[in-house]
Amino acid sequence: MTSDDVGDQDESRTQTREHEASQVATDGGTSATLPLETDAGARPRWQVDLGYIVLTTVAIYALITVLGLLTGLGVGGIFRQLQTVTFLAAAYALVVLALNLHWGYTGLFNIGVAGFMAVGAYGMAVLTAPPEGTTTPGLGLPLWIGIPFGVLLAGLVGLIVVLPALRIRADYFAIVTLAFAEVIRLTINSGALADFELLGRELGTGGGRGINFPLLESAIPRWVLYQGGDPAQGANVVGLQILTVTNQLGIERTVVESAVYTSILVVLVVIVFALLVRTANSPFGRLLKGIREDELATKSLGKNTDLVKIKVFVLGCAIMGLAGIFWQGRNGYVDPDAFLPIITFYIFIALIIGGSGSNTGSVVGALVFAGVLFEGPPYVQRIVTQQVDLPRPATVYDGVVALGAFDPLPLLGYFVGQLANVRFILFGVILILLMIYRPDGLLGHRSEPASPLHLSAEQSPADSRSAKRGGDDDGGDSSGGSDSDSDSDSDSAGVDTSTDNGDDDPLDSNPDDSTPDRGEPDE
Amino acid sequence: MSDIELPESDATVSTETADGDDRPLRVESLTKTFGGILAVDSATFAVERGSITGLIGPNGAGKSTTFNLITGVHEPDSGRIYFDGEDITGLQPHRVAERGLVRTFQITRELGEMTVLENMLLAFQNQRGEALWRAVLPGVRGSVVDQERELLERAWETLELFEIDHLAHEEAGTLSGGQRKLLELSRALLTDPELLLLDEPMAGVNPTLEGKLLERIHDLTDRGYTFLIVEHDMDVIMENCERVIVMHQGSVLADGPPAAIQADERVIEAYLGGEV
Repeated sequence: MTSDDVGDQDESRTQTREHEASQVATDGGTSATLPLETDAGARPRWQVDLGYIVLTTVAIYALITVLGLLTGLGVGGIFRQLQTVTFLAAAYALVVLALNLHWGYTGLFNIGVAGFMAVGAYGMAVLTAPPEGTTTPGLGLPLWIGIPFGVLLAGLVGLIVVLPALRIRADYFAIVTLAFAEVIRLTINSGALADFELLGRELGTGGGRGINFPLLESAIPRWVLYQGGDPAQGANVVGLQILTVTNQLGIERTVVESAVYTSILVVLVVIVFALLVRTANSPFGRLLKGIREDELATKSLGKNTDLVKIKVFVLGCAIMGLAGIFWQGRNGYVDPDAFLPIITFYIFIALIIGGSGSNTGSVVGALVFAGVLFEGPPYVQRIVTQQVDLPRPATVYDGVVALGAFDPLPLLGYFVGQLANVRFILFGVILILLMIYRPDGLLGHRSEPASPLHLSAEQSPADSRSAKRGGDDDGGDSSGGSDSDSDSDSDSAGVDTSTDNGDDDPLDSNPDDSTPDRGEPDE
Repeated sequence: MSDIELPESDATVSTETADGDDRPLRVESLTKTFGGILAVDSATFAVERGSITGLIGPNGAGKSTTFNLITGVHEPDSGRIYFDGEDITGLQPHRVAERGLVRTFQITRELGEMTVLENMLLAFQNQRGEALWRAVLPGVRGSVVDQERELLERAWETLELFEIDHLAHEEAGTLSGGQRKLLELSRALLTDPELLLLDEPMAGVNPTLEGKLLERIHDLTDRGYTFLIVEHDMDVIMENCERVIVMHQGSVLADGPPAAIQADERVIEAYLGGEV
């Protein structure tokens, strides 16, 4: 009993810390997604969606904490696990969001995700790796050049892939992307590009050796924490605040740095999420859905679907490149084996868990996949091996034989020892269960409006007319339609005008002339 | 239904072509082969402005292929297509639609997992928010929202006109066959077309709805819209079309007013499977 009590206390303490952590995430979310509220009127929708995400995060954190505390893993171990999970979930969320843009929204069946992540990571690594002193020399350029270069390169490679692939059907498109991803990986792996000279500088992909580049996990946080990004020059304004607190708590600097790195990644995810939600809730998002549902029908409505597909594919690939950079940036080292096709399928599993076609679902799927399915089994394994001294038979056969002697422990021990591999079975089981019980993903069938307006709340003018007639009979029929219309959206309309006055958009200078006439230049 | 204004067609103000010919769509010796099969064999015809023209023929006569050639889904092997005096042969489908030549499909192509309202809103041309940067950037997005509100109003009007406004929030995939036909036609109207190519618009539509649909089509022709309709229901064609084009084995067999077509020996033979 007493130990339980202590556990509970500990638990509540860690819970508070988690709350703070999730609070930070929520705050970040609020500030970044705030524009949604102002332009689309009262939209509790995004708050509900954010609620799902926060709820999932808290649930996973709680699960990890409770498991850790019950088995006495200690605060340090739990914290490390939480950090790993947060980082991995954020990295996954970024790339799952990009895949959702491709597959969930536009129906572009891209199964070469790992390849585009590799392009981003390698683009950055080749540029930023130190020119001397490592096995694979690079150009030694600063990160602020290297990271954008990696992102742009991933986008550019996306363009190269999508241009010839535009004319082919969805299933062939999938094969093209898969093949391209493998071509990228094998090219990087080959000796041909491992070392070469360009304009007198020696550089290369390093082949199977990989590339060492500045550890992003410490380099980026240092820019946040220290003056000039150099610890020797002392902390800057932000760093002083953070480091004072962490010093008092006795947390090591490397731990702080890696927490800052994860936080930056989380902020990136929030920004990308907000932008993609905006993209989805717009006429552009409508085009994407149209292409997914029936490209010929969309074309026949006068839409240049090829151009839209190019834009979306390049954008998604760039985000994948960014995710690749941050993912590998935690190691400061990248090699071709990090980008095996299995990575692509992990990302697909995460997207399917959350529900494709939904940005919220993408993030939830990434959280569940990274936090529970991927990191869960090794975590359990770690706890079990730390707590109990199980026999470790070399083969499953030994375990079964022991079972014959009514000793289940060897088999259990074997199972626990193999938990890291058992999770692959888990993925399969989860996918099958999802297909049967939640074919539309954890969040179920979602209808996110492909419009900046909250479409499902829009009432037919006829309905509102009749409602108005029922209400007061002297309301003129001729003006009934527009009156009732403005009634139903009065609050949002008010917000709109205020935003319009606030910005100096040239298009708003003549708000009366907004009929969708043909002559208007648009693109 | 009657108190709702019909959308005006651009066609009412559009000018006649240079040579004084008021036939917006002209097809000249159009030919298309698929492998060894001659699907369309030097078909030549024209459609008069503000009319309803019927395109009939037995199965496999090349009607749908002709539609596909006109709307840019397939590229013809030879022959030319002129729309409003301009050569549109081989243009991409979206370019053809942009010019005001819009089609519906024999098997409806509703966008299943989008609501009826989203289907409708997609149809409008030159939407500001179709440019990604306008859809995303704060500030500029205000103008997108404003336009959306206007588009929504027009979408509602058209939905009411076709009496499917009660389905606005349903996913298009859940609609019945007849409702899908209505959705497709009303969606096509929102693209501001000049000429509508309807591929079997009455197939699977009940007689009451068929009557209403024909009434709409007549109203729209009065407003300056032009229709070219593929239809298998002879009564519909003969009673509603000003001119009828008969295709048989890829080529145009006859072309004239319904009465003349009904009396044409060759047409009767083609339909009864006789030797031509």
